[in-house]
Amino acid sequence: MDTVLKELWKAPLSAKFGMLVILAYVFIALFAPVLAPYSETEIVGSQFEPWGEGFVLGTDNLGRDMLSRLFYGARNTIGIALVTTLLAFLVGITTGFLAAAIGGWMDQLLSRLVDVLLAIPTLIFAFVLLTITGTSILSLILVIALLYAAPVFRISRAVAMNIVVMDFVEVARLRGEGLWWIMRSEILPNALPPLVAEFGLRFCFVFLLISALSFLGLGIQPPSADWGSMVRANATLITYGDVTPLIPAGAIALLTVGVNFVVDWFLHKTSGLKN
Amino acid sequence: MLPILKMIAQRLGLGLLTLFVVSLVIFFCVELLPGDLAQAILGQSATPETVAAFRQELGLNQPAVTRYMNWLGGIISGDMGRSLANQREISDLISARLGNTLFLAGFAAVIAIPLALVLGIMAALYRNSWFDRSINILTLSSISFPEFFVAYILIYFFAVQWGWFPSISNISSADLSLGDRLYRTFLPALTLTLVVVAHMMRMTRAAIINLLASPYIEMARLKGISRRRVIVHHALPNALAPIFTVIGLNLAYLIVGVVVVEVVFVYPGLGQLLVDSVSKRDLPVVQASAMIFAAVYILLNLTADVLSIASNPRLLHPR
Repeated sequence: MDTVLKELWKAPLSAKFGMLVILAYVFIALFAPVLAPYSETEIVGSQFEPWGEGFVLGTDNLGRDMLSRLFYGARNTIGIALVTTLLAFLVGITTGFLAAAIGGWMDQLLSRLVDVLLAIPTLIFAFVLLTITGTSILSLILVIALLYAAPVFRISRAVAMNIVVMDFVEVARLRGEGLWWIMRSEILPNALPPLVAEFGLRFCFVFLLISALSFLGLGIQPPSADWGSMVRANATLITYGDVTPLIPAGAIALLTVGVNFVVDWFLHKTSGLKN
Repeated sequence: MLPILKMIAQRLGLGLLTLFVVSLVIFFCVELLPGDLAQAILGQSATPETVAAFRQELGLNQPAVTRYMNWLGGIISGDMGRSLANQREISDLISARLGNTLFLAGFAAVIAIPLALVLGIMAALYRNSWFDRSINILTLSSISFPEFFVAYILIYFFAVQWGWFPSISNISSADLSLGDRLYRTFLPALTLTLVVVAHMMRMTRAAIINLLASPYIEMARLKGISRRRVIVHHALPNALAPIFTVIGLNLAYLIVGVVVVEVVFVYPGLGQLLVDSVSKRDLPVVQASAMIFAAVYILLNLTADVLSIASNPRLLHPR
């Protein structure tokens, strides 16, 4: 514990900034109901009220409080992106390790399948799948998790390939350990550092894709507050010189920058490079 | 046969094969849905008669393989069927919009590629200077910012505060001169440029810097040639292969990134049609546009492959 704190203290300024941003977002997402002055969907004023006493950031196109929706938006947008990324990693890592540990036909089958998934642009493929499944939160999570499991498969297979040829895996095999045990106890601990960094990066991509889909009206559906759709719904304000719609968009950008800073630092540390 | 022609033929064959597999995926995705597509689109309240009629219209009562053959044959001969939403020919809906989308993406590419090359070469020349470092920051922000954020910031300054460019790209009037058209599509093109330029520039810089440690570059330096000449005449030709690859990758990204930008600027392109069709669950239009996007995407990746191999004689004659 002590060494962890010491490492954190020695982190460069950009990584500290990134961690601070992430902590702040998590705090807001967890305590949104306490922090927000109004509820998520309640109409509390007239449309497009300016910044001021009652409403710190004014009201939106239906007269809901902007600040409250911004807080609840953190909850919905980050929560859904996190669940999606976790699911994508669960599927991607399991299949990737399977391909590496079994090899042969299993490897060929999974790898060719992933090649096909990656030959189609992600956003376009998401459109096709969402047309078929319809736009609900569950189908959004499943569709995007499936699409992002493909690149995760590639990297976890590549990492595991280098590990399955090591002596300790061979020993475990000869000892008669099962496939699942080898994947969980031999491969996973050794493959963790690159996968953790990959998780940060992939989370950013998933987060940006969900925001873009919500912005296009195909992601998280109203009345749930979400940053992408908040930008779209209030975009007309910009033509009157009001910057309020830029705040949720900026919130998306700030979180991705923060995560990227931390990932950069983490990669630098685990790759063993000295400053 | 000339090795380069053979290589192009091989790549084209591979591209066609990929496209064929992609068409299979796009078409048969529907079959993965548990239950019935007609029921899912019409909703729970639809009567059995309407569902049956709708199934007839979608052709769902034929076997899937027959439907696929008809669909693929139709797309190859230019007849993509009719839209479910408004019964219009899909080829009519798409043709004008595809031109607009390609115009916008092409416009952005014409600004972005030379800009990225020049800036990348300069960053390699003045390595570790403030210029290089600011490019670093720009790259990070351009991969972190959502496209619509960039777009609205540009609108806020260029259209609202300073009033230089229109915030909506209205190019529907028939007699629009090229200059006028370029003027009206400038902001969307600039947004796309900002989104892709940083990555291309960064990779150009990296490709050149990778070469700077090689002995032949050191030789050129020892002969007393200026830094600029070493980079432009000695390093750049050998760095072309990775640069072509990254340009291809970014142009392919541009074709997809165009969707969000079109919606922000109400630009009448294919992306906007695609988004509308997804929310209306107009499957034939979505499948047809997805095929077009996928084809352009594969074609761009293929061109990048061919160019990068052609620029490197060693790859052209593999042992």
